[in-house]
Amino acid sequence: MGSNAAENHPISFRWVTKAKEERNATLIHVDPRYTRTSSQADIYVPLRSGSDIAFLGGMIKYILDNELYHKEYVKLYTNAPFILNEKFKLPEELGGVFAGYNPKTHSYDRSYWAFEKDENGKIKKDLTMKHPRCVLQLLKKHYSRYDIDTVSAITGTPKEDLLKVYKIFASTGNPKKAGTIMYAMGWTQHTVGTQNIRTMAIIQLLLGNIGRAGGGVNALRGESNVQGSTDHCLLFHILPGYLKTPRASLQSLKEYNDKYTPKTKEDYSANWWQNYPKYSVSLLKAHFGEKATKENDFGYHWLPKLDDGQNASWLVMFDNMYHGKIKGFFAWGQNPACSGANSNKVRKALCNLDWMVTVNLFDNETASFWRGPGMDPTKIKTEVFFLPCASFVEKEGSITNSGRWAQWRYKAIDPIGDTKPDAEIINELYYRVLKLYEKEGGVCPEPILNLSWDYGEKDKNGKIKEMDTHLIAKEINGYFLKDVVIKGKLFKKGTLVPSFAYLQDDGSTSSGNWLYCGSYTEKGNMMARRKKDDPTGLGLYSHWAWCWPVNRRILYNRASVDEYGRPWNPELPVIKWNGHKWVGDVPDGGWPPIKNPDGTINKKTKKAFIMKPHGVASIFGSGRKDGPFPEHYEPLESPLKFNPIPKNKYRINPALPLLCRKENLSQKDPDIWYNASETYPYICTTYRVTEHWQTGCMTRHVPWLLELMPQNFVEINEELADQKGIKDGDKVLIESARGKIVAKAVVTNRLRPFIIMGKKVHQVGTTWHFGWEFPEGGKGGDSANLLSPTTGDPNTLIPETKAFMVNIKKL
Amino acid sequence: MGISRRDFLKFSGLAALGGAGAVSASTDVEAMEFKNKLKGCKVTTSICPYCAVGCGLKVYSKNGKVVHVEGDPDHPINEGRLCPKGSSVLQLIHSPYRELKPKYRAPYSSEWKEVEWDWALDQIAKRIKQTRDKTFEKTNKKGQIVNRTQGIGAVGSAALDNEECFILQKWWRSLGLIYIEHQARI
Repeated sequence: MGSNAAENHPISFRWVTKAKEERNATLIHVDPRYTRTSSQADIYVPLRSGSDIAFLGGMIKYILDNELYHKEYVKLYTNAPFILNEKFKLPEELGGVFAGYNPKTHSYDRSYWAFEKDENGKIKKDLTMKHPRCVLQLLKKHYSRYDIDTVSAITGTPKEDLLKVYKIFASTGNPKKAGTIMYAMGWTQHTVGTQNIRTMAIIQLLLGNIGRAGGGVNALRGESNVQGSTDHCLLFHILPGYLKTPRASLQSLKEYNDKYTPKTKEDYSANWWQNYPKYSVSLLKAHFGEKATKENDFGYHWLPKLDDGQNASWLVMFDNMYHGKIKGFFAWGQNPACSGANSNKVRKALCNLDWMVTVNLFDNETASFWRGPGMDPTKIKTEVFFLPCASFVEKEGSITNSGRWAQWRYKAIDPIGDTKPDAEIINELYYRVLKLYEKEGGVCPEPILNLSWDYGEKDKNGKIKEMDTHLIAKEINGYFLKDVVIKGKLFKKGTLVPSFAYLQDDGSTSSGNWLYCGSYTEKGNMMARRKKDDPTGLGLYSHWAWCWPVNRRILYNRASVDEYGRPWNPELPVIKWNGHKWVGDVPDGGWPPIKNPDGTINKKTKKAFIMKPHGVASIFGSGRKDGPFPEHYEPLESPLKFNPIPKNKYRINPALPLLCRKENLSQKDPDIWYNASETYPYICTTYRVTEHWQTGCMTRHVPWLLELMPQNFVEINEELADQKGIKDGDKVLIESARGKIVAKAVVTNRLRPFIIMGKKVHQVGTTWHFGWEFPEGGKGGDSANLLSPTTGDPNTLIPETKAFMVNIKKL
Repeated sequence: MGISRRDFLKFSGLAALGGAGAVSASTDVEAMEFKNKLKGCKVTTSICPYCAVGCGLKVYSKNGKVVHVEGDPDHPINEGRLCPKGSSVLQLIHSPYRELKPKYRAPYSSEWKEVEWDWALDQIAKRIKQTRDKTFEKTNKKGQIVNRTQGIGAVGSAALDNEECFILQKWWRSLGLIYIEHQARI
């Protein structure tokens, strides 16, 4: 669900077909559109875009009603037995919102979602999971409204198809079986994106499929290094290693560390984030080197701080740019004029800049926005600098794939023409800005002057002659900064830290990203390894490249065994306890299993979900902004005027922030949207094809690929095409409240009309690979994001580009 | 590593086998041409720059040019296979449309102008300093130390190597940027 792996991650799909052929696996594909993935599936069922929670909520109900969940697993490894406080209420009791909702701020007071505690501060539990306020019973109550008739009416999926899928997938609750899910942007790009994934995570926990061979919830990430760029946190809210960006109210390093270091009173919880200060101080040491001292809070105030509650994410950034608040802008290896939701707004926003720096292999719609459709260059002030970068074979470094493998890429040739590797461009700009501050002074120069930057031999002016990416990789891994003895072992100053377990909070270690500690050690560059032994036979390849954390290939693998350390499925063990230690994959901590062979609790044990403060996985997830259990809400733009879930009067996600839900807008407002309107009666979704990639910047300029897929198209079902007089190959105008594009019609029965709440609803689909800049004359078409709305998920603010409303017309 | 004599012989053998079978004569010629093309090449391993499956590549290069790219048969993920995008990275690297010189678009101008790196980098550094100094906030409305600028925004990039991502965020944050985003958000 939420992915078309056969076309968008083709080589991953090879392993799916192999599982079918060699292990008799069953492949289910749930998607609004019949694709090449569907063509290989044992079961294909359609659903309307934006109804995934209803679909999966029905599966949760099916699993619970028929008691198909893995009871031991759920009891041992999840918070299903935890008891909620009496203030907690479900949406069915409050007309569609959970307890704690404030309609004025569109947000929740999450203290209403707290667990009940005993006199020692420990969470109250009922291991029989029968208490009416325990998580499992509340889950049952919540999803009791997701009966098969309701789900079918919302999703448009026929009832027999729903049951077929539920039955097969729920069969993996048998400990000897496993089921997995491959999802992609089909799940994230919704106003309920996070909760789409949460719903599946709940199912996987109920069925005991997390931490197992053949289990998990797999994000098929779209860019070669989007995992790595996320790990290194080119994002407003996090610092490398998923540390939080500092907030204004946290005026000292101590306050910052105290705020983000979780505490627990639960027995046997490793609560791994208790090490937070070791990672934050090691990061500051990597940023500011010797200038970061205990006396100056390791340079904590040289990191910028956001105001409390401030959101500086993509949609907010472009909104501020649109309103003239952002003056300078870097578009580095990215094409927001096509990839940003509501691209017309993005393109207009770029007109309000003083300057923009773009770094890319190719010219694109962002760099050349000022000469795009509808633009008058003589009226646009923005200065634009285009810096040509080297391609991936013209430099050396690592990238991290969807499975968290960091893999080293070697340099094949020198940069072509007058291009430079990105690292050199960063160094040039770093050096020149530094020199300006050294020479002229300026506002708050300290963070710039004190930044450590030792990535190669320097010339007489102090400029690095050539950037050595190995030195950066080593800085990311981390060094011992003085001789230290840890757990009786001496580590010499200047040597590389072998694992994050050795990082310290006193300034004696550095590490640019604690998760990557162990990737480049005294033993060498672990990311460059090419040894192919696979003793488990599971395809872990533990000596090929390197996987964070600590080369653990399957996360939460301690949940793959019972309380004695015996694999749930002895035929496919990820790890097992041999009486003295774990064998197999690198375990989530070396602590012994829960029980001794005689059935007594082993006092040295720790719970399996080591990153969770309470040591267990969250079926009840009190960390989300929009509810502890997923609830179906309609997309911002949908064909329905109401939420069809019983007893819910909130049509859209009630926690959507203001920017994502503006109301009573004039037609001229760039954020305009319409719901259930006759003007825009059809659902539209966006997707990709095998031959192109993202905005197409890196594929439209590849002649072979452009020849294979030369222009944009819109898929229209036969009935709708007939109604509209559209034939295969006709030029069609697709129009939303915000923009319009032209595409060639592909009339197909791969898309079928849906019956939603008794009424026929049509859905169309188009790609977002094209742009006016290339191929010349815009003959490939323009980006589908000209149509998509300025709204997104309340937790992530990922835009809702997978479900919105349009009209279509033959040209 | 260069292509070994053993590989070379293996390849010639395959080509000969092709010629002896029902394959047309032109295949034989093509195989010879291909063999000559790879002769003397340096082979480096890499990873595909498109999706995040992480398929291994073997990159054959000679005289500063990549002459051939194929799936790495030893790589456990793709075992030599590639999709259409991965199969065409040669054309990505040597695309005729690649920008090979810095360029500049002046305010109100209708065209790009080719410029030198030194000039462009100096100009950019000046703009950064100017905007930063003008918009820098040492404290917020509450008087709390924030040391940030909201006048500069940045996006990018999941196309960079890990090492580049790390130093890019390190540098941007040293300037006081809080608007730092990239593909992962969309």
